[in-house]
Amino acid sequence: MRIHLPNSAFLGNIDPFIRGFDPSQPDRLEITANDKWIAVHPSVISMVAALGLKVGPAGIACQKFEARSSHYFVRMGLFKLLGIPTDIAITEHEPAGRFIPLTQIRTSDELTRFITEMIPLLHLEAEQAKTIGYIVSELVRNVLEHAETMHGAILCAQYYNKSNSIRIGIADAGLGIRATITRSHSAETDLDAIRLALMPGITGTTRREGGTEQNAGAGLFFIKSIASVNRDFFVIYSGAGFYKLLKKSAGRRLRLQADPFQDRHSSDGNMPSWPGTVVGVDITLNQTEEFSRLLDAIRETYSSAVSERRKQRSRRPRFT
Amino acid sequence: MKRIDVFEHAGAFAENKDVARDLRLKELMPALDRDEDVVLNFERVEAVTQSFIHALISDLLRKKGSAVLDRIEFRSCNDTVKKIITIVVDYMQDGAG
Repeated sequence: MRIHLPNSAFLGNIDPFIRGFDPSQPDRLEITANDKWIAVHPSVISMVAALGLKVGPAGIACQKFEARSSHYFVRMGLFKLLGIPTDIAITEHEPAGRFIPLTQIRTSDELTRFITEMIPLLHLEAEQAKTIGYIVSELVRNVLEHAETMHGAILCAQYYNKSNSIRIGIADAGLGIRATITRSHSAETDLDAIRLALMPGITGTTRREGGTEQNAGAGLFFIKSIASVNRDFFVIYSGAGFYKLLKKSAGRRLRLQADPFQDRHSSDGNMPSWPGTVVGVDITLNQTEEFSRLLDAIRETYSSAVSERRKQRSRRPRFT
Repeated sequence: MKRIDVFEHAGAFAENKDVARDLRLKELMPALDRDEDVVLNFERVEAVTQSFIHALISDLLRKKGSAVLDRIEFRSCNDTVKKIITIVVDYMQDGAG
């Protein structure tokens, strides 16, 4: 595999970075980087880490980072997590802002501990902490329950002062969405599987409406809804499937959609195949809707989606 | 009357589904099976995830029907917690209907 850290890759312009990923030779990883300046979304860093953990330090060939911003990757813990050496020096009190370094979460208890500890790192207010904690909890639990990877979920996050936003990236190198969703539903392509996974009430664990006692199939729909109501980016990439919820302008009336393809989005079904799942979310803090108001909209959309599916499944009289 | 203090088990941000499952299997379901009413006390719980509430109550609704709601009191829930419980109760009933 080969992954190149470009000059810039955030959710708005992440597509070329993903198209440049080479998934061939899955037992080794070559990491290269722009030699002038690298500024990337946390999901990009989580992706490199997830791949690196999968192949192990012996399988990683990492080019020497020359960019002036290289120290950022040291601060984010990339080299440490991958167990590979670096000669990039960082000064002790170099300002890194509010960030969560790369963190590997493999168990439910690790996740609970992490959520308790992460809020002070980002200096969030109570309402914002609720939203960010919610997103991290649901996304990481998805990995722990469905991805079937010993390396668990890899995540990091960064606060951006200029946009007053928190950007979160969670990646795994596990089964991927299609392998899990097709246990109960039919999805011909990775993009079909992503579409299903984003619909409320669809889970790979059962076809039954309401899910199982442990899974409802609502987690990703909630996260997409949070991003949608806040007019923020949300990206999900699994196998060859790529879906991006696009930002909405402030003037547009917001409406939650049960079908993610009804939202303003871009998608691609022919990306280089990612061995697992990647999710990236941006949350702009000064436009974060009150969580409780968001729940009203979710309730309405969820209920009508379930009713619509029930209607479609119900038997019809046969008239001859 | 069986009282379960959610904060004591799941903390201020109740998100651990394993904890929810244990509460359901070890406390909630046995009490309901004994025909005891149950108080789920959410005092000091600031936030919950939909997954937590689903793991806590969805199977009760599926196995005992919506009449089980007459025997469960959701106490001291803040507005957010109330709404997430309502979402789960709604979709469990909508789906079963």
